[in-house]
Amino acid sequence: MIWVAWRMLTGDTAKYLGAVFGVAFGVLLITQQASVFVGIISRTANPISDVREASIWVCDEYLQNADEIEPMADNAVYRVRGVEGIEWAVRLYKGMARARKPNGLFRQVILLGIDDQSLVGAPRKILMGDLASLRRPSAVFIDKSGYESLWPGEPLEIGREIEMNDRRAVIVGICETSAPFQSFPVIIACYSQATGFVARERNQLSFVVGAPVPGVSPAEACQRITAQTGLMAMTYREFVWLTIKYYLENTGIPVNFGITIVLGFVVGTAIAGQTFYLFTLENLRHFGALKAMGVNNKRITGMVLLQSLVIGLIGYALGVGMAVAFFEGTKQSLPQLRGINIPWQIAVGSGAVMLVIMTLASLLSLRKVLTLEPAVVFRG
Amino acid sequence: MVSATVSAPSSQDDIPAVAGVACHGLVKDFGSGENRLRVLHGIDVDVRCGEMTLLVGPSGCGKTTLISIIAGLLKPTSGDISLFGTPQSALRGDRLVDFRAHNVGFVFQQYNLLPSLSAVENVAIPLLVVGRRRPAALQRAAAVLREVGLGERLHSPPTKLSGGQQQRVAIARALVHEPRLLVCDEPTAALDAQSGQTVMGLLKQVAVKPDRTVIVVTHDSRVFQFGDRVLEMADGRIVHDSVTPRGSHGIVHTENSAP
Repeated sequence: MIWVAWRMLTGDTAKYLGAVFGVAFGVLLITQQASVFVGIISRTANPISDVREASIWVCDEYLQNADEIEPMADNAVYRVRGVEGIEWAVRLYKGMARARKPNGLFRQVILLGIDDQSLVGAPRKILMGDLASLRRPSAVFIDKSGYESLWPGEPLEIGREIEMNDRRAVIVGICETSAPFQSFPVIIACYSQATGFVARERNQLSFVVGAPVPGVSPAEACQRITAQTGLMAMTYREFVWLTIKYYLENTGIPVNFGITIVLGFVVGTAIAGQTFYLFTLENLRHFGALKAMGVNNKRITGMVLLQSLVIGLIGYALGVGMAVAFFEGTKQSLPQLRGINIPWQIAVGSGAVMLVIMTLASLLSLRKVLTLEPAVVFRG
Repeated sequence: MVSATVSAPSSQDDIPAVAGVACHGLVKDFGSGENRLRVLHGIDVDVRCGEMTLLVGPSGCGKTTLISIIAGLLKPTSGDISLFGTPQSALRGDRLVDFRAHNVGFVFQQYNLLPSLSAVENVAIPLLVVGRRRPAALQRAAAVLREVGLGERLHSPPTKLSGGQQQRVAIARALVHEPRLLVCDEPTAALDAQSGQTVMGLLKQVAVKPDRTVIVVTHDSRVFQFGDRVLEMADGRIVHDSVTPRGSHGIVHTENSAP
């Protein structure tokens, strides 16, 4: 009877495709919305993620996220270096600046100042220019998206000039960075230069980043730093989650996106569940005939579950495929979605959600089928 | 109350009139309490093998309910029914379903063919239900379809067949597993006069066998001629039981005590 179930399912192409695409669009909605949410909330921690060399982050003890920074005294780096078990520690500046083009057009930019000697925190993917040239006077790197927003439609070119805090800056390199939360251009300079591109404050050091010696865990090193210096020290992972948690708790993102995701889930569930439920209802008469002909409830259950499984699996594969195609397709045309992709956890999660939806739809359908009196086939 | 029983087998061909279906005091109520509706009022009837029995009467008189009970699709509120000597009350749950799969064939008014299966695949279903392998089932189904004159349309989907052809496919499906009881519900209702005559002729030709009981529910008086026996129902009772000139396997006594 498995064969009959399969033919019932695939024989009517319109109904079959309707049910499969119903599930596929449900999966697409759930996967796409959840991925955009995770992608956007992950962007809040991208400045941390981009400094891959550092496993320890040291900052002011009251810091709540990676964007609102209370600068520390410059000597904090020496205090951290003095803690036993620290292999290396360097300065990192992060702040906002205003970049003005010669024609007067300006944009707010994210300014990163990396250690002059080690260049820890330098971009990994350089599209144009040489990283060593960053040590030249007034030299800066700019991220590709930022360049395209400052010079839209123009080819990538180094040597262009901008002005920050009345100081000339020369673009000596163009690089890729992880998309920042605020969608501003990212400008990278050496620490000594970066602090000159913003208004002078008494303290300017945003972070001290470093790593422990082999044999000392980052968590243990952080404990030692906090105990010895009174500064807040976090592992890379702790800092990422501190920032993400801050944005989740203190912004409208989770509520707004939560509503969208819940709506996506509800609509996805409704589309997927209802299409399969209707598919079974439309076949109710035929199930009645099969019951009259001696197909018992166990075999009917197997037939409905097989149909549900086939629709669910094909619909899921199509839905995830469409979501992947969406993100791949918009990668170039929609820079706002740059860096947003489908984490495997969401792919697995939407599969699990679809399994639940299809199980519920199957149970609802089965209830109808199993309680169906086979005598119904005699009623016209 | 109407009672129709076979008193003695004495057919022209000396074929014993075996009672395939025996109903005694069948009562069926729908609903309960004040909403209870009695649709069968103590039906006593024996239906013999080897002949075509027509169950006739106006709409709502209980014909469909009676054949549903006979076929094991509905349970009577009270009364006894036995099929080929087996009391239906002894068959419960899957045993009844299994009994139906092996012993009962159905022809429905609306054919109830699976639209996504071809004619031969539809006909093979009862064989698959009883556990036959697909190639053997399809082979046998094709043979039966040829028998009903549809050898050229084996692979046509039901939607590509005329009403008469669909009903012939339904008849082939009902007979493919050689059931001992064939129940046909208004097999000509959806057909024009010509197709109706053809279908009934076919039923008479291929379905009626000495070891098979054939019950046809109809209110189409044009096909009464095909019956060997006509049971007429009204208001949940059998009010008239007659043997047509074609059917004379037994002497039938009809007692009419209906109100």
